[in-house]
Amino acid sequence: MIIKATEYSEAGLADGKDYREAMIPYKKSLAKKGVLLADEELQPSSTGLRITYPKKGGKPQVLAGPFPVNQDLIIEYMVINASAEDEALNLALRMPVPKARGKYEIELRRLKEKLESIQDPGIKAIEASLQDHLNMLKKI
Amino acid sequence: MSLSNTHRTIDAIWRIESAKLIAGLTRIVQDVGLAEDLAHDALVIALEKWPHAGIPDNPGAWLMTTAKRRAIDLLRRTKIRDQKYVEIAKNTDLYTVEDVDQVLDGEIGDDLLRLIFMTCHPVLSQEARVALTLRLLCGLTAEEISRSFLVAESTIAQRIVRAKRTLNEKNIPFEVPLGEELNDRLSTVLEVIYLMFNEGYSATSGEHWIRPLLCQEALRLGRVLAQIASNEPEVHGLVALMEIQFSRFKTRVNSKGEPVLLMDQNRAQWDQLLIRRGLAALERSRKLGRSLGPYSLQAAISACHTQAPTPEETDWPRIAALYEALSIVMPSPIVELNRAVAISMAFGPDIGIQIVNELNADPSLKKYHLLPSVRGDLLVKLGRYDEARTEFKLAASLTQNEREQTLLLNRAMECGEGTST
Amino acid sequence: MRFMMIVKATTDSEAGVLPSQEQFDAMQKYNEELVKAGVLLAADGLMSSSNGIRISYPKAGGKPKIMDGPFTEAKEMIAGYTLIEVKSREEAIEWALRMPDPHGFGQGEIELRQVFEVEELTNNAELLAKETVLRKQVKEQKQA
Repeated sequence: MIIKATEYSEAGLADGKDYREAMIPYKKSLAKKGVLLADEELQPSSTGLRITYPKKGGKPQVLAGPFPVNQDLIIEYMVINASAEDEALNLALRMPVPKARGKYEIELRRLKEKLESIQDPGIKAIEASLQDHLNMLKKI
Repeated sequence: MSLSNTHRTIDAIWRIESAKLIAGLTRIVQDVGLAEDLAHDALVIALEKWPHAGIPDNPGAWLMTTAKRRAIDLLRRTKIRDQKYVEIAKNTDLYTVEDVDQVLDGEIGDDLLRLIFMTCHPVLSQEARVALTLRLLCGLTAEEISRSFLVAESTIAQRIVRAKRTLNEKNIPFEVPLGEELNDRLSTVLEVIYLMFNEGYSATSGEHWIRPLLCQEALRLGRVLAQIASNEPEVHGLVALMEIQFSRFKTRVNSKGEPVLLMDQNRAQWDQLLIRRGLAALERSRKLGRSLGPYSLQAAISACHTQAPTPEETDWPRIAALYEALSIVMPSPIVELNRAVAISMAFGPDIGIQIVNELNADPSLKKYHLLPSVRGDLLVKLGRYDEARTEFKLAASLTQNEREQTLLLNRAMECGEGTST
Repeated sequence: MRFMMIVKATTDSEAGVLPSQEQFDAMQKYNEELVKAGVLLAADGLMSSSNGIRISYPKAGGKPKIMDGPFTEAKEMIAGYTLIEVKSREEAIEWALRMPDPHGFGQGEIELRQVFEVEELTNNAELLAKETVLRKQVKEQKQA
């Protein structure tokens, strides 16, 4: 769940107390369900840097923030584990929204899946053989 | 027979028949997801009918006939005029029991092969291939798969649904690839099977629980593949490798659940039946007369160990030669390191260390912790303890794995003692 | 799990009468089916007991007694076995039921026995406990 930056967040204005107080139980409820995998808040883009490669094969160009709010800036993201899109949407819709601060946007994106436990099976097996052979080298 | 008994029997029948059923249906409807649904419909009908009417003499044929009838009903009802479904419309005459028997003899084998190539298609991610293969070819439930991989069941279920959708959307044909493509695609299939096997085999202790189910499923699938793709040496090579490795399954962990390395395993407990089967499979691979591929070579290396009555009697010159051959078909530093150790065992560590020194000169391997670790062991063998200590410390600093780090630091300490005595 | 399908001896098998071509073909076809399903580990036929030797220990702690075949009680002798690797007892029964009648004249009998596996894994309380904990975790993850 990607929370987009607003002019307020970009200006470094603290979120309203109501919002902050609503956010805590929301996150707690996600954590309790075991669906909250990661949660990070970002500083305003004024502390950010951009690296662009304007020319193909050329040198990178480094730009310092702030960047325009209309460029889809991010202020916070949460990674959740949902069984289906419906569930993710449901969870996102229950996220508290700051009041009286104009347009507010949350984006839902699916992560590319990676099965951590899966490595190249060939290499893993040959590494295991190496351990066996080293052990023999040591003892014989 | 009680109701629950009948249900368990139907379960067993399903296990035996489901892959053949789904394979046959996929050929007819050209959509693996739909084929699975149809096969399931037939199963549900069997679960309703068989407890009362009794189990038919040829349950496989019964399920196939029922599923096909459902397919035709479905197509009529939805009036699908898609080109894809033309074939089913052509064959509206249902299979008789005899027809299906014949199909089981001949074409089903081909259909199974097509299905394996489909579930292991490169258009799918590695994880999706594994999940879909376990589901459709091994008949495992999403729950069983999720337990084996310690991933939430919903994740596995989703992965399977998405994989089927991808195959359908990309119009992946239900066929055995030909010519050049066959080799690439076959190696993908073998990789999926070996991955399944290793997931089950290599999880020894710590956070993992042992997952023999995956090993057994991989072996079973490998044995099936060896039967239907019997001209492919690497299929037999992979089967040989898995049979031989699995022959040591029981001895590779002690009663505390800690891994036991090859040298310390009780050879008397190795499963002689599987060893015999492995050696026979290796022989079949050799007999096909092409140069041995990576799986066959690894199986041959594994076979050397099984044929040695004691670790001291291991045929190291042969193992060294096999690693050399392996380094040609599968160039990799890990293979080189194995070769260095085998050569050290066969001809002395002073020769083995030369290979490691050559690897040391390769800047791309600077961060590879196994390199100093092996070098350390060889230096210990040569009595050069001070250098060995440095290597072990370097290796320890390069690995992220805490257990390995501790082991390496212990090795470094042992070297300290070595100089003082 | 492994099961042994034991084909019992019959008066014919003991007399050294070979199976008819038809029976032989059916058995061949059945074995092929087992291979194709990836469940066959080994299958062997035995010669009649006239070729056999029995070693018995009539007295506890005593010397073995050696007896040459043939032996008489055909029903208790075996004529062959087929070893299969399956996922469940029911699957083994299903395969056994598919085996062709080994005699065809009323004496056919197949016995199905599970192979005892010294599975440290299942005897190991600690590992089992670990497994239980992990299963629970996965289940909780699932419910969440």
